[in-house]
Formats: sequence, structure tokens, C-alpha cells
Amino acid sequence: MPRETTGQARAGRIVEVQDLSVRFVTRDADISVVQDVSFTLDAGEVLCLLGESGSGKSVTMRSLLGLLPPTARVGGRVMVSGHEVTRMTERQLESVRGPVAAMVFQEPMTAFDPVFTIGTQIAETIVSHEGISYRVARARVLELLELVQIPSAARRLDAYPHELSGGLRQRAMIALALSCSPALLLADEPTTALDATVQIQILLLLRQLQRDLGMATIFVTHDIGVACEIADRVAIMYAGRFVETGPIDTLISHPAHPYTIGLLSSTVHESSRGRPLAPIQGGPPDLADLPGGCGFAPRCVARTALCDQVRPTLIPFSTTRAAACHHPALETAPA
Amino acid sequence: MTEIAVLPATAHTPARRPPQRGYWRNVLKRFLRDRIGLVCLMVLLAIALAAIFAPLLAPADPYRTSMIRRLIAPGEKGYLLGTDELGRDMLSRLLYGGRVSLSMGIAPIVLSTMIGGGLGVIAGYFGRHINMMIMRVIDVFYAFPSVLLAVAMAGVLGSGILNSLISLTLVFIPPIARVAESVTTQVRNQDFVEAARATGAGSARIIIEHVLANVTGPILTYASSLVSVSIIISSGLSFLGLGASPPTADWGLMLNTLRQAVYVAPVNAVLPGVMIFLTSVSFNLVSDSLRTAMDVRA
Repeated sequence: MPRETTGQARAGRIVEVQDLSVRFVTRDADISVVQDVSFTLDAGEVLCLLGESGSGKSVTMRSLLGLLPPTARVGGRVMVSGHEVTRMTERQLESVRGPVAAMVFQEPMTAFDPVFTIGTQIAETIVSHEGISYRVARARVLELLELVQIPSAARRLDAYPHELSGGLRQRAMIALALSCSPALLLADEPTTALDATVQIQILLLLRQLQRDLGMATIFVTHDIGVACEIADRVAIMYAGRFVETGPIDTLISHPAHPYTIGLLSSTVHESSRGRPLAPIQGGPPDLADLPGGCGFAPRCVARTALCDQVRPTLIPFSTTRAAACHHPALETAPA
Repeated sequence: MTEIAVLPATAHTPARRPPQRGYWRNVLKRFLRDRIGLVCLMVLLAIALAAIFAPLLAPADPYRTSMIRRLIAPGEKGYLLGTDELGRDMLSRLLYGGRVSLSMGIAPIVLSTMIGGGLGVIAGYFGRHINMMIMRVIDVFYAFPSVLLAVAMAGVLGSGILNSLISLTLVFIPPIARVAESVTTQVRNQDFVEAARATGAGSARIIIEHVLANVTGPILTYASSLVSVSIIISSGLSFLGLGASPPTADWGLMLNTLRQAVYVAPVNAVLPGVMIFLTSVSFNLVSDSLRTAMDVRA
């Protein structure tokens, strides 16, 4: 049930982010968590934001829904399905959240209200957005629970969140996100809190739903394996910036940015059996005290004097790929 | 993946979860299974009914004094519970006294739960400046000892049952607002509130549906534990001539006037206290059972 979208720059273009920057301003500090992030996303496409904790991937995603704490100051332009999210009031955003873009949370246990049944919570969302009767909404909820492959869905309708297993809860969470047929699905590490066996089931489900419903999807994860499983394109984030973007297959096989190379060599895969992993030296930078040049320079193996002085910008080096590095490993990357 | 829902471990429940029939029906079912709560509820109902039907039940006029029949021990000469220091029938006075005491216990709490609970939820949900404004005003009131505050207000407003009702309401707004605020702050920061926002719920809907559903349990439990305090403070006000005034039958007032007779007729003197104790303990236990029954995670 893909939604018709109007007033867009291009047919099928769901997301357009231009020079997004997010700062968290408190009495004691003014911290830039996201800087100069730009990307676009078309219907049916899956973008993975990949990065370690604190790299700004969740904040980037949440700013698409305007779901940031009151201390956040957002700059740049975020267009979702023709709505300029960055200029909207909280009240206007309410009509975007749900029917235009919906989100799957990391922790399905705490993302449901413990005092209401799953069915009630999903139905309530549909009722409030579409103004249909509760009875009709309940029938829709049953369809949704079946869509996310919850066994004996009719019985789960009246189950409280604590009565479901983690995997079922996450499926219900996905049903909640799909309840208003969003054009854009946001998933914030939806498999991190789950058992390894359940993780792959949820991933497969998400990918299947995304293809069947033709939704644009943004997937936040720190797990390269997850990204490989689901993404069309990947954006690697480091210290609040995109450091490398590109299609998942060529980016994995021929990484250009030293950080991406480091990430890949520190990941467990089949050929690494019996060999120690090669970690990236050092730790992630303090966002309140970033170096003047390249944010990754202090940990980088290819670092030169230029890296400390000039911050590299994201420069395309092929039709689909770009890297923010003065010394990208281009010889290994095919055009 | 587990496909079987977690079952409450009760010996005689069948292996399959019984069909769900709505939240409040489940609460009722769980409450009925709780013996202590049920017994206390019966006690409360009995006291309330006895107070309501006092004119029908009372064996004598609660205001007819008799100087020769003072402080008769319970059970003697047709006086089931004896007489007080002015020779009035204790049973009749206890029945009539329940009317004033129960309403002075419940009415201020109901009013202050609505006002204080509302203020606390608003302060806790919106936070920041709104929280500051509401809670600092509340704190000023909270700084006074509750009895002193009640006495001061009743003193300003003048004596009478209505005025002591108003002053008791004002006394209980601050503690209830504080509890409501802290519970709301906790609920407000839970993931499900953000998840509700992510599905497009506005502040009003989040407060009415998610916050209220999660905070009413704790607020009600706390408020019902204050009923006994309210009964006692209202008795204190009566004793000081600021609430119900003699010869009105009121448990607190009776306790205070009978206190001089405690060496002569200890049982008579203790009876109003027993009633206050029974009522307040029952209120506390019922509220406790109710909270347990309302908690779906138990």
C-alpha cells in the first residue's frame, strides 16, 4: 500500500536532506552532533546509516521526524514526501509522524505502553489519524499483525506487551509503524536488543515488507552484517559527518575511506577465522572538542599534515560513490 | 522464538490463558481474588452503609443527653456500646459520626486528587518553566506542617464543616501534586511516550491515554492512604472548634471529648478511635490491593 505523494521535486523522491546540522545546546555546552549531512532517498530504496555509538546516526534519522529533545538546534533543510520537516511546528509534525514517516524503535519492550494491549495501542494510532471507528481499526490491526507474521494474530491482539517474546514484540512494533501506511520507514537498530536467531528473522521480515510495500527505508545500525543484509546504499558516519557513501556491494568490496577500511577489517567474517581482528587504533573523538582538520585524522593510518589542517568534504569519485578523505584508497575502488 | 505467552503461576489456572475481556474486567477479577482487599472493602462498605442508613439503624437519639446514665459500660441496660460522658448512646453517635468523619475523610481527598493530580501531571509532563511555576508554588504550601496549615486556613475562613473541607483540600493538594509530578516525570521519559510521539500522537493524547493510565495507580494508592490522615486532621480541627462543633457526632470530636473518661470507661473512650483505625486501615489495604490488581505486569 504505497502512499501517493505530491509536491515533490521528483516523482518517487521521498527524502531530501540538505546540509543538515544538529547541535545540542545546554547551559554548559554547545555540541555539534551532526554536521553537513546531505542525502536523498527514493521510494523503495534502503539506506543504511552505519557508524559507532555517538557518530550521529540516530540523531540524523530522528531529525527526519522532528523527534529531537528540546535542547536540539537544527540547521539545514529536511524534506520528507514534500513536507519541510525542519520548518514545521510540533502540531504540524503530528500529521507527518505515522502516515508519512514512521519509526521502529530499538527496544520493543519499553516502546509499548505496558498498561494497554498491543491491539489497543495500534488501533488507537489508526483511529487518531484516519478517524475511522475503533471496530474497523481493530480489523485493520488484525491484518497488520498477520502481515508481520505474528502467529495466531487474533489472540495476540489482546495481549499485553509483557506477554509477548522480544521477537513478537518487535514484530508488533513494526505493525505499529506500518499502521498508517508510511511512505518512509525509519528503523533505529531494530535488531540490536534481540537474540541472534530472532535478529535475522526480523531483518528478513523488514526487507520483505519494504519490498512489498515499496517504502523508502532508513536503517540505523552499527552492525555491518545487518547492513549487508538489508541495504541498497550505505552512508558511513563518523563524528557527526558522512565519511563515505555508496552502494553496499562495492563499498564493502572496495572501501575508499580509511575509516571504512578499518571498520571492515575489525569485523568478523568467514575468512577471519583463527586470525586476530585488526581494531582501529584509538577511540572515537569527543564531539565537544573535535580536531580542526579531519575528524578521523588522530586514528588514521594514512594521515598527513594536510589532514590536520583542512577538513575534507564529501567528494564524489564515481557516479555512485563519494568519500570525505584527502587520501582515499581509490586504486582499489572501481569506477 | 517463544510463542507461548507468559502465564501467571496460579495453581488452578488451566495451561491456556483465559480470553481477555478488557482491562477493567481483568482488574476486577484480580481484585476479587485478593482476600485481604475484599474483606477490607466489605468493612468499608459496611461502615459506609451504616453511616448512610444511620437514622434507620440507630437505636436512640444521638443527641439526647442523660446525666444519670453517663459512661455506662458496653452491653449494659440496653446500651449495646454504652454511653458517653453526657449519657448519649454510643452506638447511635458512632453511626451518625461516621457520616461526618467519612465525608471529611473522602471529600477533601477526592477534590485534592483532582486538583493536585492535575497540576502534578501537567507540571511533570511539560517540565521546564511550567514545572517551575507550578511546583515552586506547591513547595511553599508544602513547607508548612499539614496540621498547622489546616488550622491556619480554617482559622482564616472561619469554623464550619464546609470551611474545614476547603482547608483540608488545600492541605492535601501539595503532597498529591508532588507524587503526581514525580510519577509523571518518570513515565514521560519512557520510550513508549516517544514511540507514541513517533506515531503522531499530540501532547493531549499522550497525557490522556499514556500518562494518566500509568500514573493513576500510584496517585490513587497514595491518595487513599491520605484518607485516614484527613479523618484525623478533620477531627483535630473539630477539637479546636474549627470544624464540626459539639454536639455534632464526629469520631474525632468524640475521641477528644471522651479522652478525659479514659480511666473510668476505657472501652467507651477507645471506640471512636477503633472506628477511625478500622476505616483508615481498610482504606490503605483496599488501595494497596487495587494497585496490585491494576498492575498488569504483576
